[in-house]
Amino acid sequence: MTPLPLLSILLTPLIILALATLLTWVERRLLGLWQDRYGPNRVGPGGLFQAVADGIKLLFKQDWIPPFADRGVFVLAPVIGMMTVLMSFAVIPVTALSGIAGNLNVGLLFVLAMMGLGVYAVVLAGWASNSKYALLGGMRAAAQMISYEVFMGISLLGVVMTAGSFSLYDIVTAQTRMWFVIPQCVGLIVFLLAGIAETHRLPFDLPEGENELGAGFHTEYSGMKFGMFFIAEYAGIVLISALVTTLWLGGWQGPVLPGIVWFALKTGAVVVLFILLRAALPRLRYDQLMALGWKVLLPLSLLNVTATGTVLMLRSAG
Amino acid sequence: MQFLALLSAAITLIGAIMVITRRVAVHAVLWLVVTLLALAVVFALLGAPFAAALEVIIYAGAVMVLFVFVIMMLNLGRPDSDREKEWLRPRAWLGPALLATLLCGELLYTLPFRPDDTAAPDLLTARDVGLSLFGPYVLMVELASFLLLSGLVTSFHIGRHRLRER
Repeated sequence: MTPLPLLSILLTPLIILALATLLTWVERRLLGLWQDRYGPNRVGPGGLFQAVADGIKLLFKQDWIPPFADRGVFVLAPVIGMMTVLMSFAVIPVTALSGIAGNLNVGLLFVLAMMGLGVYAVVLAGWASNSKYALLGGMRAAAQMISYEVFMGISLLGVVMTAGSFSLYDIVTAQTRMWFVIPQCVGLIVFLLAGIAETHRLPFDLPEGENELGAGFHTEYSGMKFGMFFIAEYAGIVLISALVTTLWLGGWQGPVLPGIVWFALKTGAVVVLFILLRAALPRLRYDQLMALGWKVLLPLSLLNVTATGTVLMLRSAG
Repeated sequence: MQFLALLSAAITLIGAIMVITRRVAVHAVLWLVVTLLALAVVFALLGAPFAAALEVIIYAGAVMVLFVFVIMMLNLGRPDSDREKEWLRPRAWLGPALLATLLCGELLYTLPFRPDDTAAPDLLTARDVGLSLFGPYVLMVELASFLLLSGLVTSFHIGRHRLRER
């Protein structure tokens, strides 16, 4: 469906990586703004090149693998993290004509599958490091991400039922008359919370809770291997935001401006919401996180599916 | 297309062999994940993208993560992988090899009877799967849900029992 599929396959990862790197600077500046301080403002205009400086610093650091670690798996873990996030972008239709495989008939399931595999990055990093803090972080991550994947899948069901397709392209075109954010707002809330848990961001960043676990699952990582976890986390934020845009905010659709600008604007707004949540909320306790998931979000998403199904049945009958 | 199918079938086989020969449990699980992913590709190439996606989401993405989780809890070390080595002696291979040879022979015997595979496979969409699951196979679905529910109740019961003892 794209004029130059190979070119977009090559370009998409580069753009995503550049965006994710830029996002590290955006986040620190925005956090500074909300916390009444400056944030990084020295390198380049407004501190814009801070991300580049950080990248160069990480590249020049010693790439150390602890002698007690399981070498193969230790190296594999960050690669899995990066790969699964980048693969997910393949099925997101940025505009009606661009994107790599926006029309894939199981597109949404593909994203869920990649997120499911992304759990391995964190879990294997925790196991391969062979240290207590990393192992505890990995275990927390496994339990948290497995649990939240359940509600994430169920919260998407409402959208899929309304649009009648798993293809992200069809889901966007089904929102021509009304964005799904209105009929499916419960699904959106559950998905956003599950998305924060999946990318293990504050307030759900228990796998790397630094005040009790050092740095959690990536305690033993340094240099560019740590950098890959770091960038993969930001790419994950962009991914969740792009998904929210595609599934609930009408994708590329909007008046006057071209589609790609609308997509970027909506995605950017959700990204800023992610950062604002980090600035505003404290970290939850682990049992609170699990209780919120299983006792609030699961029933809520199931109710949403039931209600959507009822409305759809009544509408098709009447 | 056929080359891709053969390639992923070969990866499935190699992965399966690696699963049973690895001594470190996590490595074995990782090879099993590779096997499942290759199997998903085979499903997708056979025209069942929905089954492929479910294979990755449920088996590779959820069940195997739980396997890794349990292995992490067990804290296996050097002595355990040495014991694995002990168990992998040639004599232990005798029975499985015999049975596998039998299966292989059976497969070779059925090969001439296979249906015409030159025809393009029909695309089996999520809609088709749903309609057959809740149409002709609805009894099977209900029975499977019985089984899952009983599993859930059992694990809940065991967990609660432990809590009371403490």
